Amino acid sequence: MSTDLAGVVEIAEAVRTGAATAAEVVDAHLARISERESDVHAFNLVLADEAREAAAAVDARVAAGEDPGPLAGVPVALKDNMCTRGIPTTCSSKILEGWRPPYNATVVERLTAAGAVIIGKTNLDEFAMGSSTENSAFGPTRNPHDLTRVPGGSSGGSAAAVAAGFASGAFGSDTGGSIRQPAALCGVVGVKPTYGVVSRYGLVAFASSLDQIGPFAHTVEDAALLLEVVGGHDPMDSTSIDQPAPALRSILGDGVEGVRVGRITDLPPGADPDVEERMELAFEALERAGAKTVDVTVPAFSYGLTAYYLIAPAEASSNLARYDGVRYGLRVEAADTATMNAATREAGFGAEVKRRIMLGTYALSAGYYDAYYGKALKVRRLIADDFARAYQDADVLLTPTAPTVAFPFGAKTDNPLAMYLCDVYTIPSPLAGHPAISVPFGTGQDALPVGVQVLAPSLGEPLMYRTAAVLEAAVKEGT
Amino acid sequence: MTATEQTGTDTASVAAGELIDGYELVVGLEVHVELSTATKLFSASPNHFGDEPNTNIDPVTLGLPGSLPVLNRRAVELAIRIGLALHCDVQPCLFHRKNYFYPDMPKDYQISQYDQPLNVDGWLELPSGTRIGIERAHMEEDTGKSTHVGGSGGRIHGSDYSLVDYNRAGVPLVEIVGRPDIRSADQARQFVNELRGILVAIDASDAKMEEGSMRVDANVSVRRPGEPFGTRCEIKNLNSVRSLGRAIEYEARRQIVLLADGETVRQETRHWDENDGRTHTLRTKEDADDYRYFPEPDLVPLAPDAAWVEEIRAALPPLPADRRVALAAAAAAESTSESVALVVDRGRDRLALDAIAAGGDPVRVLVHIEHNLPPDGPDPVTPAALAALTGLEKAGQVTPTQAKQILGELVDAGGDGDPAAIAAERGFQAMESGVLEAAVDAAIGAQPAAWEKYRAGEDKAAGALVGAVMKATRAQADGKAVTALLQRRRAEASSS
Repeated sequence: MSTDLAGVVEIAEAVRTGAATAAEVVDAHLARISERESDVHAFNLVLADEAREAAAAVDARVAAGEDPGPLAGVPVALKDNMCTRGIPTTCSSKILEGWRPPYNATVVERLTAAGAVIIGKTNLDEFAMGSSTENSAFGPTRNPHDLTRVPGGSSGGSAAAVAAGFASGAFGSDTGGSIRQPAALCGVVGVKPTYGVVSRYGLVAFASSLDQIGPFAHTVEDAALLLEVVGGHDPMDSTSIDQPAPALRSILGDGVEGVRVGRITDLPPGADPDVEERMELAFEALERAGAKTVDVTVPAFSYGLTAYYLIAPAEASSNLARYDGVRYGLRVEAADTATMNAATREAGFGAEVKRRIMLGTYALSAGYYDAYYGKALKVRRLIADDFARAYQDADVLLTPTAPTVAFPFGAKTDNPLAMYLCDVYTIPSPLAGHPAISVPFGTGQDALPVGVQVLAPSLGEPLMYRTAAVLEAAVKEGT
Repeated sequence: MTATEQTGTDTASVAAGELIDGYELVVGLEVHVELSTATKLFSASPNHFGDEPNTNIDPVTLGLPGSLPVLNRRAVELAIRIGLALHCDVQPCLFHRKNYFYPDMPKDYQISQYDQPLNVDGWLELPSGTRIGIERAHMEEDTGKSTHVGGSGGRIHGSDYSLVDYNRAGVPLVEIVGRPDIRSADQARQFVNELRGILVAIDASDAKMEEGSMRVDANVSVRRPGEPFGTRCEIKNLNSVRSLGRAIEYEARRQIVLLADGETVRQETRHWDENDGRTHTLRTKEDADDYRYFPEPDLVPLAPDAAWVEEIRAALPPLPADRRVALAAAAAAESTSESVALVVDRGRDRLALDAIAAGGDPVRVLVHIEHNLPPDGPDPVTPAALAALTGLEKAGQVTPTQAKQILGELVDAGGDGDPAAIAAERGFQAMESGVLEAAVDAAIGAQPAAWEKYRAGEDKAAGALVGAVMKATRAQADGKAVTALLQRRRAEASSS
């Protein structure tokens, strides 16, 4: 019976009370991995031995009558851009070949301290740059719902690992939608917390002012517990908010009676009709639960994509400079240092990473800074201002997570702009530092999952989670 | 020989405001100072010079993927001290990333400050009284240190391989940017000496140019008086105050020769070569890096609390300029006096003030500190003992030579003895004039040749006579008194 356990909360409960052992739970997940991982390719590395060891340690604590932690025995997958001590951390890039971090990310420390079992490192678009996981140097991840389609990205491996039952929960990083969009395409819950709620220490940086770690899970409650465990102030991250993690599970059932749900009337068009249809049903479900739909405008929303594709590459061009072959990872030998640097980067980075480094370098260059990076920062401020105005009239905002359901491999790889448009609905809120959650809301075309996104202002996680819980319940009831 | 190959011989210093072939020298200094914190600017690794390479490191120092900087509060405090000691405004500020590839820079960007530095608009007053403007004093992290092995001259070009030590990477620096208010090499030297005195006084840095904890670059240009500034060259690799002065004078002459020949000065960075005494092109403006500065997203803006800044200001110790004024007043000397400056520079002004307050003779106190005590280390003698010693000298009870010997014994005995007792023990006492006159007359009688020369007006001949008196009195005689007696005898001889 214990081998059917899938949820974070239910596994932790069963292991803590002795109804199941962590070893049984981990073995069940490893069995599913053996069965389907060769099809899905969610992982860059499965940590079977380490996971069994960690599970045994949890079981020993339970047997000894000690508190095994709130995530006792919960198998968790980590996007392979979070540092794990002594364990390869690749960012799905050839340039980090052979590198084993000498330290753990804060998130990893907190998860293991809570009794979670790290079951593997998941695939991603190289350095988290992409929306389909097709930019991985180690081959794409496939969507467990349809192996001919992408899982979304960049945290496609983490989303697929949860959807395929390889892990009970997973963590990804979201810069412009990299948690929420794959969550939507794989039919799981995905959360991008308020910037600064989860420590970035040990998260390999893509765009530092936007990157944020967040959970994937089967249920809103599971995602609440995961965030409660990893969230809260970390002195190792100067941008960490000096507050404890938000209390979420205790308020999850509070409903949305009287809550004002904003519909952005000037949202950029482009969502497929099946997605639009589910959106309407989502508004209706919230109204049935006592919420009120209000129309708001966020005029700068549609500039989000452009601003993002200047700011994120600019920061990336600087963050990725350190991969120069001098200290770790790949080195292509050459006659002098500058040639070695260039040859290493030429061989080690994939096309999309190079494209963004070039974009970002250009945007910061003397003579272009004001016109590109400087202007993008102004747009960023405009977006924050527009959101602030919208949140005077609405408590949360509701949009599709992605314009389409999961698309076939290769559908957008020839056209970077088409790929970038996958993130049109998820990009603006990180520019304001706001939290957002994608919750599965039934299926669309080809019976593939559709995700609905709940946006909230900074530190608005509690109401955001409550709203998501109501949507989740509506689906369970047949919406 | 082309102008750029002009010989770089040492020449006499040009005083401030003096023209060189009708040109005025204009210098602005940029000084990098390593802060004496226990740990690095953004991590907990030790900030310590001279350790085994690559031992004071951690993920942040090495810029490992995923590592993040956390600002060292103590470093900010020391940087604010520097700002306040240089009369700057301390303001809310930002950190920026300065992007360029170099192997000794682990992240391939340096966290520095750009258009919103911590300290702005101050000044430093030279011992001569001239004020040199300070544009800014901002915080940044140091890079690692490369050693190029093989090839020639330790330069990267032509070397077989390079080694990098990251112990220095992330060490907190303050870069002090002086305004181009300096008008002579001597003023530049004064600026650096004065700045070092300030940094040491406020405990911000040990400020040793030779160890690299203070690094000075000089922006040098020349112009006809009254004309706008000329094109400047930045001179690097100045490892001592002496090099700084030599390099500025060489560079000024190089530029003047160019201009006099109708050529133009090219804006460039030049490398001072201590061995050939010249500056050489390092890079021109055209191949300067585009640093692509942008605000460091891993750090939050720094807004020092006003109360904290005032607390730091209130705790600042007296600065060298104030100490010179105080000592000069106590010693009835000019505050621009060189011995006053020297005593303050050596940190012995407290000793001097206390000795004078204890009744010591100001002039003799300064002389002893300047010439007869070691230049550094803790004060080797108590103010009371020093004061008592100068009292014996003043009363004519011991000669300056004897006083020096007594001081040596005092120091050897721990600094706190009774000079009069030592004098008595040694049998030192001023000679009674009858004894001295007898000794002088004996010397004249014993050395008739020397006496004849001296009498004929050859002052140098007195040396042999004084020497004979000293020998006869076992150096107990006061040289001045002997000379006076000899003069008296000469006068008596010529009038008789």
